Amino acid sequence: MMGINWFKYSSPATFYPLAGKLIPLFYTLAALFCVAGLYVSFFVAPTDATQGEAYRIIFIHVPAAWMSMFIYLVMAFWAGIGLAFNTRLSSMMAQALAPTGAMLTFVALWTGALWGKPTWGTWWVWDARLTSELILLFLYIGYLSLTAAIDDPRRADKAGAILALVGVVNVPIIYFSVQWWNTLHQGASVSLTRAPSMAMTMLLGMLLMALAAWMYSIAAALSRVRLIILEREKHTTWVQEMLERKP
Amino acid sequence: MNIFWTMLRRDLLLAYRRRADVLTSLFFFVIVVSLFPLGVGPERSTLRLIAPGVVWVAALLAAMLSLNRLFAADHQDGTLEQMALAPVPLALIVLAKVLAHWMVSGLPLALMAPVLGLQFDLPGHALGILVISLVLGTPVLSLIGAIGAALTLGLRGGGVLLSLLVLPLYIPVLIFGAGAVESSMIGMSPQGHLSLLGAFLLLALLATPFVAASALKIAME
Repeated sequence: MMGINWFKYSSPATFYPLAGKLIPLFYTLAALFCVAGLYVSFFVAPTDATQGEAYRIIFIHVPAAWMSMFIYLVMAFWAGIGLAFNTRLSSMMAQALAPTGAMLTFVALWTGALWGKPTWGTWWVWDARLTSELILLFLYIGYLSLTAAIDDPRRADKAGAILALVGVVNVPIIYFSVQWWNTLHQGASVSLTRAPSMAMTMLLGMLLMALAAWMYSIAAALSRVRLIILEREKHTTWVQEMLERKP
Repeated sequence: MNIFWTMLRRDLLLAYRRRADVLTSLFFFVIVVSLFPLGVGPERSTLRLIAPGVVWVAALLAAMLSLNRLFAADHQDGTLEQMALAPVPLALIVLAKVLAHWMVSGLPLALMAPVLGLQFDLPGHALGILVISLVLGTPVLSLIGAIGAALTLGLRGGGVLLSLLVLPLYIPVLIFGAGAVESSMIGMSPQGHLSLLGAFLLLALLATPFVAASALKIAME
């Protein structure tokens, strides 16, 4: 091996300053992608032939929906690592990701309702994808309440991890729901295997906004994990020394 | 395997000695279902329309009410720790306890459902499908519920939290259980729905005892 210590940053004490350095970077990237994405979305992308201007909400909706599922997978991954290898930092990471994931799930549902009213003529239908996305929100809320209800942080981590891993079955259901059930929600417009069925500038705007959401999620999770580290490690000497150094 | 039958007999005996507990959730089921005609109105066609969903939702709630009995008593007096220390897999013990739980909560619900279905003017063949769907579906509820019961063991406000964790996971069972009855009422074959329920049951039988057992170990650390 090349002598890189892969586990150097798995300790909260070394990860804390690293996260502190990374957070401004990711927030800057998020802002840049967001400005570029919004510019493309509002000024470059053409008006949709069938949906008019209302379609522009997909520039928020689709990235939020993607991230809501992706964050759940990442959260379950870190929770599983924490459960299997008993690593403290990965469980903290899982807990730090959950509120951002829940927020983006809510945004996806809410913007979907705003888009559905002018396009489908209704705020909500009990279609497979909408329902499974709603279940995802419930799963996030269940995870957050379970970990909040358990006072012992190690038990909270492990119990939450089991719940997160059980809930993972829902993510493929959301993802494939538009193929498995022929309900109102349209199929995917973007695919890795075939040419996109939308204008290139539309796709560009959506991808830029997705990158912005991604960068924001990383930055938000890192800021939150720093707080969790401080809270849980407050009895250790490195936290006390650091707090004394900068009052 | 001996332990399995011993556990099953013990839990059934315990339930028998505390008949009131079992009957409470059963009467809860009957009362909730009977409230709907009063709330929605006694129009026969409406009742027939909502019957599958109402019976299934009430079954979900009744199954959930009895879930925290699954491990709580054994946890309080320390029996659960002795079971975890026993030289058999904890998952096997969990499976026996879940089976006992289903026999005193899910099975009576399924057997009583036709009477309630008659209140809702369900035709005969739909009643049969209702029973079959409940017999296939309620064990899944008990199995998934065991995970929730194990995760919330000994927590304050555990009962409410349990419903928050478990109800979202119950949704697929509800959809296909009620769907089976609905499709038989409109003259379609309920076989697809019932097959999916059977698939859920097999998957839950294979996976949930192990998940619940590891959740129990975490709760007892």
